[in-house]
Amino acid sequence: MTIQQVIFLLVALATLGSALKVVTTGNLVRAALWLVATLFFVAVIYALLNAGFLAVVQVVIYIGAIAILFIFAVMLTRSDQRDRGPQHNRGWWVGALVALLAFAALLVVLVGSGQFARLAPELPEGFDAVALLGDALISADAYVLPFEVASVLLLAALVGAVYVAFSRR
Amino acid sequence: MQEFLTDPLKVAADWLIGVLGAWGMPAAAAIVLVSFLGIFLLIALLMLVDIFLVWVERKVVARFQDRLGPNRVGPFGLIQPFADIIKLLIKEDITPSVADKVVYNLAPMLAMMAVLMLWAVVPLAPVILSVDLNVGALYLIAAGAISTLAIIMAGWSSQNKYALIGAFRQVAVLVSFEIPMVATLLIPAILAGTMGLNGIVQAQDTWFVFLAPLGALIFLIAAIAELGRVPFDMGEAESEIVAGFNVEYSGMKFGMFYASELLHAFTFGGFWMIMFFGGYRFLGLEKVSPFLAVAVMLAKAMLGYWVIMWVKYTMMRIRIDHMLAFNWKFLTPLALLLMLVMAFLHVLLRDASGLLYGASMFGANVIIGLVALEAARRHSRRERVRVSRPAEGQPAGA
Repeated sequence: MTIQQVIFLLVALATLGSALKVVTTGNLVRAALWLVATLFFVAVIYALLNAGFLAVVQVVIYIGAIAILFIFAVMLTRSDQRDRGPQHNRGWWVGALVALLAFAALLVVLVGSGQFARLAPELPEGFDAVALLGDALISADAYVLPFEVASVLLLAALVGAVYVAFSRR
Repeated sequence: MQEFLTDPLKVAADWLIGVLGAWGMPAAAAIVLVSFLGIFLLIALLMLVDIFLVWVERKVVARFQDRLGPNRVGPFGLIQPFADIIKLLIKEDITPSVADKVVYNLAPMLAMMAVLMLWAVVPLAPVILSVDLNVGALYLIAAGAISTLAIIMAGWSSQNKYALIGAFRQVAVLVSFEIPMVATLLIPAILAGTMGLNGIVQAQDTWFVFLAPLGALIFLIAAIAELGRVPFDMGEAESEIVAGFNVEYSGMKFGMFYASELLHAFTFGGFWMIMFFGGYRFLGLEKVSPFLAVAVMLAKAMLGYWVIMWVKYTMMRIRIDHMLAFNWKFLTPLALLLMLVMAFLHVLLRDASGLLYGASMFGANVIIGLVALEAARRHSRRERVRVSRPAEGQPAGA
């Protein structure tokens, strides 16, 4: 086993462990903090796959914005921060089943592809993934349309959020 | 020996790996061990610098306030930080009985970690750097997200209303000032054609501050807000909310917050210099020896740190609503506009002569800056009139 594989296995275990803690922790803020840990380990996996840009963006967006927003919302809406409630509703087994099915499907696809134990390929010298990604996002024969549509969608969401929150005094 | 003088880190690492290999350690394991050793060495050096920074900060604030500062222990009071550390270590370590113990103890560590993480991408010299990440500028923002998290954890786990208010305020500031910071970070990235910090430094044959003086200024303002220092110290604000998010911390745990704040300021002073003032480059000294480059980089970082201290000790705290309005209504549009104009000019004039390119970049910055200042002046004049007149339907002074 190479060092890369050892690190991957450790990080993957940490990801799964903290993901499990997200759903089993009773305290909401603590669960959100476990979610932060999960997201961080996912970023580490991206970094292991030579996707540095994706890893950094994962941390900026998911930890810096989304998780902070979660924690904010929980703190503002709960009067007692040690508040503990029931963790499951009656539909918990449906969620577990869907998760298991998704895992099984992914496993079948991955094993079937015959590249289950492949390592991340060595990148050639001078390979600039960020520049390639940037070019792909603005070139007409690549992803310019989805990129622009997504930005329009985000703008609409932004305007909507301002409209909902705005109150004329 | 010659090689050691031109590329010390690589020679030292190769030598160590060779020694470990001779002892029978597999090559891959030796590389991992040496990497960890390098990280450990960097962190140890940074912590030493941090101890020294306590002295620097106290001495400089004393000069600004027309005092002498620490001068009793050792020459120029240089032993003072060690006395401080001993004091912090023997203080009672208090944990509030209702606190969330794990999160409470984790927060100071995370605050320190977020700062130390930043140094992974700092190029101290062309060959002395931990990793030349091709998304270095963005990495800065990512590490900032971790320090935001540390503050929110400290505020929440203390179970103290002042701590919670402090954390809320600080996070509001951090999240909003991140946007002008990203926009201005993109300016050096556009000019250099890369987001890697080493590449940005290498591209600065003319310092970017001459091409984008306004960008450098906005970056400094956003950096000070990111540090949570006066005039943006919403999270601590001793005179309003006692000490904000770290009110419940005592002894060395408070010391960790304090030390991380100082090192953070020093680090951002360094980043300011890397982005706009040529990093380790100064009159070709960096080509002579990497050790000289390190000295230049550290001296420049200290200069940046001094500017941040200068602002801190000569300004008053701004009210939080003013500060958020300043960010969202003034700094963010300004930074975005500047970034767009710079990108446009860069593409337009890339092949023009150096003089024309430089002059139009500088000119664009000055014009945008003057227009923005004029707009801000008019706005504040209107505001002053509005505030001085009691609103209709409300009793005066309400």
